[in-house]
Amino acid sequence: MTRKSLLIVAAGAALAFAQTAQARQWLLPSETMFTGSGNEWLTVDAANSTDLYYYDHPGQPWDAVVIAPDGSVVPVENRMVGKLRQVFDVRIAQSGTYKISVTSDMVMGSYMLGGEKKMLPRGTTPAGLAAAVPAGATDVQTAEMNNRFETFVTAGEPTTSVFASTGKGIEMIPVTHPNDLAVGEPATFQFLIDGKPAAGIDVVAIPGGVRYRADIKQLDAKTDAEGKAHFTWPEAGMYWVSASIGGRRGEAAATPPTPTPPAAPPQPEAPQRRASYAMTVEVQG
Amino acid sequence: MQFTQKMIFGGVALGATGFAMAPAQAQTMDVKVTIPRITVAEYHKPYVAMWIEQAGKPARTINVWYDTGKKNNAGTKWLRDMRQWWRTTGRTTPTPPNGVTGATRPPGAATISFTGGRGAMPALTAGNYTLVVEAAREGGGREVVKVPFTISSAGTGKGSGKGSFELGAVSLTVRR
Repeated sequence: MTRKSLLIVAAGAALAFAQTAQARQWLLPSETMFTGSGNEWLTVDAANSTDLYYYDHPGQPWDAVVIAPDGSVVPVENRMVGKLRQVFDVRIAQSGTYKISVTSDMVMGSYMLGGEKKMLPRGTTPAGLAAAVPAGATDVQTAEMNNRFETFVTAGEPTTSVFASTGKGIEMIPVTHPNDLAVGEPATFQFLIDGKPAAGIDVVAIPGGVRYRADIKQLDAKTDAEGKAHFTWPEAGMYWVSASIGGRRGEAAATPPTPTPPAAPPQPEAPQRRASYAMTVEVQG
Repeated sequence: MQFTQKMIFGGVALGATGFAMAPAQAQTMDVKVTIPRITVAEYHKPYVAMWIEQAGKPARTINVWYDTGKKNNAGTKWLRDMRQWWRTTGRTTPTPPNGVTGATRPPGAATISFTGGRGAMPALTAGNYTLVVEAAREGGGREVVKVPFTISSAGTGKGSGKGSFELGAVSLTVRR
């Protein structure tokens, strides 16, 4: 990616993505513990919502990827994108842990053309970047935005083959297996950013069912130097565990740009690298 | 998991005969479990799992009651509804071996005897243990009762606990 002198207002970029930052994206499995008979079905709700786990935003045409314990990709079946959610089924034929994830890798940024600053169109992918920047553009300034949300289910005994890092965005590497969580027991998850430990980032865990309680009951953790965050679950249920960097909920936009020395030419802020992660895990009670 | 359950008997209803007598010194654990009578339109006898926990050791399943009468052993499909047992140890052997399993039982008290060191039942050396009993009823609730107990240097001990919904009194005696 080219990186020349720049002219972009970070707030502009933040605005463009503010809409996606407001709600929570999630995959909710119908079951996390399968017998392992070889012929079982999982159904998954995929939605973007303000409250967990309710359907209150438009359904999204995401393409979930299901990785089986042996590393193969299992096609989803009966995929339906509804007004408020997406639904799909997955046949659970193997023993071990499956990963179901939705990822997106985007590029945001701007360039100068004919003396005017132009924003990269929303939804520009790394592969489409070259095509998105017209000939003659200068001062191209970009940053990546990686988004991942997932869930895990296990037939029989939990396995760890699906947790290999792709090295892109925020990922979770289990210390405690996400299908081995129980009330009162401590759990540890390691978070990576681009394959390296994500030290000092905030991780939240929010139990589902918020509509029928007054307290959101959010658990807060911060990753240590190894990117590890610890939780002890106060009650059973489905939890949404999430972490992000760069402009979460408009925080970046609110941060004033670093003052520049008066002698130097104006140095507007570069677009901020963003990444988000969320997983739905079940805590047994 | 390194622990495999052996295919012998783990539990024999008290009074049943036909098994070789254990040596006089054998350790016996009697577990008394009460299944409460629940008046509902459609009652199904609960699935029940019993296992022994000891800090730092894998959990040991000693008895599982499920619907053994279904074609193709289809009753095993619902073993996972005993969710704590399933997560703790059940899923390591998704089809529990014959000796550990038994049919579901009607409401009332049942006493099951286990011989230490035989089948799935470990010989209990001096120390602290927990007997965990979980019951899950189709269309009903699920309950876990934990009975902590201590085995003395003589190899004996006792404990008791009580459920509120799906289990009644649970007690155990370990004797020589």
